[in-house]
Amino acid sequence: MTVDITLIEEDQVTGPSGAPMTGVMPSVPRRRRRPGRFVFLRNSKAVAGLVILGFFTLIAIVGPWIAPYDPSAQSDDILQPPSWEHWMGTTHLGQDVLSQLIVGTRGVMVVGFVAGILATFIGVVVGVTAGFIGGVGDESLSALSNIFLVIPQLPLIIIIAGQLPSAGGLTVAVVIAVTGWAWGARVLRAQTLSLRKRDFVEAARANGERTWRIVMAEILPNLTAIIASGFVGTVTFAVLSLITLAFIGIGSGGDWNWGTILFWAQSQLALQRGAWWWFIPAGLCIALLGMALTLINFGIDEFVNPRLRSTGLHARTLRKRGIRPRIGFTPVVHRAPGAEAGTAASVARSTSAPFAKEDRA
Amino acid sequence: MTLTTPAGHGSALVPVKDPVLEIRNLSVDYGYDADPVHVLRDVSLTLGRGEVLGLAGESGCGKSTLAYAATRLLPPPGLITGGEVLFTDRDGTTTDILRLNDTQLRASRWQDLAIVFQGAMNSLNPVFRIGRQIADGIRAHRPEVSQQEALERSAELLELVGISPDRLRSYPHQLSGGMRQRVMIAMALALDPQVLIMDEPTTALDVVMQRQIVEQIADLRDRLGFSVVFITHDVSLLIEIADRIAIMYAGEIVEDAPALDIYHRPRHPYSSALLHSFPPLRGPRRELSGIPGSPPDLARLGAGCPFRDRCAFAFDACATVDPGLTIPDVAGDDPRRAVACLRHDAAAVRAAGFEPQPVPVELSLR
Repeated sequence: MTVDITLIEEDQVTGPSGAPMTGVMPSVPRRRRRPGRFVFLRNSKAVAGLVILGFFTLIAIVGPWIAPYDPSAQSDDILQPPSWEHWMGTTHLGQDVLSQLIVGTRGVMVVGFVAGILATFIGVVVGVTAGFIGGVGDESLSALSNIFLVIPQLPLIIIIAGQLPSAGGLTVAVVIAVTGWAWGARVLRAQTLSLRKRDFVEAARANGERTWRIVMAEILPNLTAIIASGFVGTVTFAVLSLITLAFIGIGSGGDWNWGTILFWAQSQLALQRGAWWWFIPAGLCIALLGMALTLINFGIDEFVNPRLRSTGLHARTLRKRGIRPRIGFTPVVHRAPGAEAGTAASVARSTSAPFAKEDRA
Repeated sequence: MTLTTPAGHGSALVPVKDPVLEIRNLSVDYGYDADPVHVLRDVSLTLGRGEVLGLAGESGCGKSTLAYAATRLLPPPGLITGGEVLFTDRDGTTTDILRLNDTQLRASRWQDLAIVFQGAMNSLNPVFRIGRQIADGIRAHRPEVSQQEALERSAELLELVGISPDRLRSYPHQLSGGMRQRVMIAMALALDPQVLIMDEPTTALDVVMQRQIVEQIADLRDRLGFSVVFITHDVSLLIEIADRIAIMYAGEIVEDAPALDIYHRPRHPYSSALLHSFPPLRGPRRELSGIPGSPPDLARLGAGCPFRDRCAFAFDACATVDPGLTIPDVAGDDPRRAVACLRHDAAAVRAAGFEPQPVPVELSLR
């Protein structure tokens, strides 16, 4: 026999006839702070990462308009250290480094995100399909991703990019995506294999849900965390690959990006000439962008598990209160006497408890 | 300000003789934020040596939380915010489990205080033979014992719970659910613990197997002399096995009395309602009433008695005064029992400026 609790509750709220209503209405409900829609943003690491990433995205969008000089324009100020005219100095041809940096941001961001989205998409399609269908399809898709896993990526990218007639930004992005999806596919396949056998998927199948719906509505939401962190990881990889390619002089064309700056700085012996302003800003930008993406990844990690979310969100308070949440050793905090918020009610309660003692620690 | 001294009775409740586990004013929160849910509020409970104590109540009223908090097994975001859990060893030394460090806690677990979990039959590792799993536990706590001796002890333990010793070399999937449950009980008894906490150990089993296991526990208790905390929502099962029953509601103990007293003479409206929710095994037929409504949301609990909205005997004081555990206001009652109901606590009602109400007939059966 099952009792529909909602019915009983409704009955009690609406009709006083059945339930023993005593005129005692439920006490004033304490207003609980709703977790809100942007819980993710309460994680300080994620916020820091998003702020830095947002800054670079903004520069990428408005870069060509706010750059003080044409990045390729040569001038007579050759190899000048930072000054009011050139905030980050000039190159051996008198080009403005700051302008190169600002204009070059777009190339880095576009390639990073296009490659990230493309590689994640291929990875999800191949990985989830392989994990879900099993059998021959799984075998062949796994074989494919295994092959891509063992191919040394950078040499392959160099060869492909070297063969293409116009190795512009998007071409490089596609090449990076095509060579970089396999790891994500492998992880997703493993997780899908485990999810496929769980009871809630069996239940969905027993309810007559279509395979398409099971994959989209039951399995994919469980993979969100892996997909998101895989995406962030791929973006990092793509940015670094692009910069590496540009640094060794492949695929730059006429576009500026941070790697091109480093390429010229290296080939013109900036280090030996002591022109630190030529390579340090670009290096810092790469490090900052990488850090931002890593911070976002940390944020995702702490956020994904609903059970650990409370811990992740309150890490600072927990540290302050000296609480270390662990499984198997529940933390104990002894309330300081008087510091407790419950006031009179709880005082009455604790004194009326049978073993109330003065020496409560 | 003491609200506990009811006019007609002695000042304190009579403590349990020779306690092995004393839980004092234990408070537990869920959530680490500024606004946690107080799931246990100043719960006190004493387990006597060799006693079987039943913990009963609806789902979500804090039974398992109490047991896991007392053993510090609550997973995050559980947080113990106060109280003591005193364990008294056979030689009379007393330790507060909440103050042990990790090493001490690890050593004390299983040795002093063993637990059989909810759905225990899935607690066995499917890839090891059960004999090895029992022996592993023994050798973890007693490194000086050889594997051979540990296996012999495992065989003894299996015999103790009614499984033939040649099952030592079986894998978990080769045993039935009831047998696996009994293996878990054998495992819990391996180090001769003084307290055995059983969290709904029979929930997934059929009634015949439930009966066998309950009888087995009672029999083992008589032979080995350990104490049992038996958690279940099956009150009829408790009345058979338990010496004493504590009824929990909304994170508090509302009544604590010998099993037969609870059965024949419930003093709290909730205990009474709980007993009227299942058919009696013997005796005349009576109408089943059930309990209207559902337990309150612990996150939004105000002052006053948490049961008042579902209680047929609630009166004006119930909305503001928190009932504490007192001796029931019924002449001739066992002084060892306690109830948290304002109908029995005229002094507290009067102190808060309300007119006390008499104990209704239903709650003062003889």
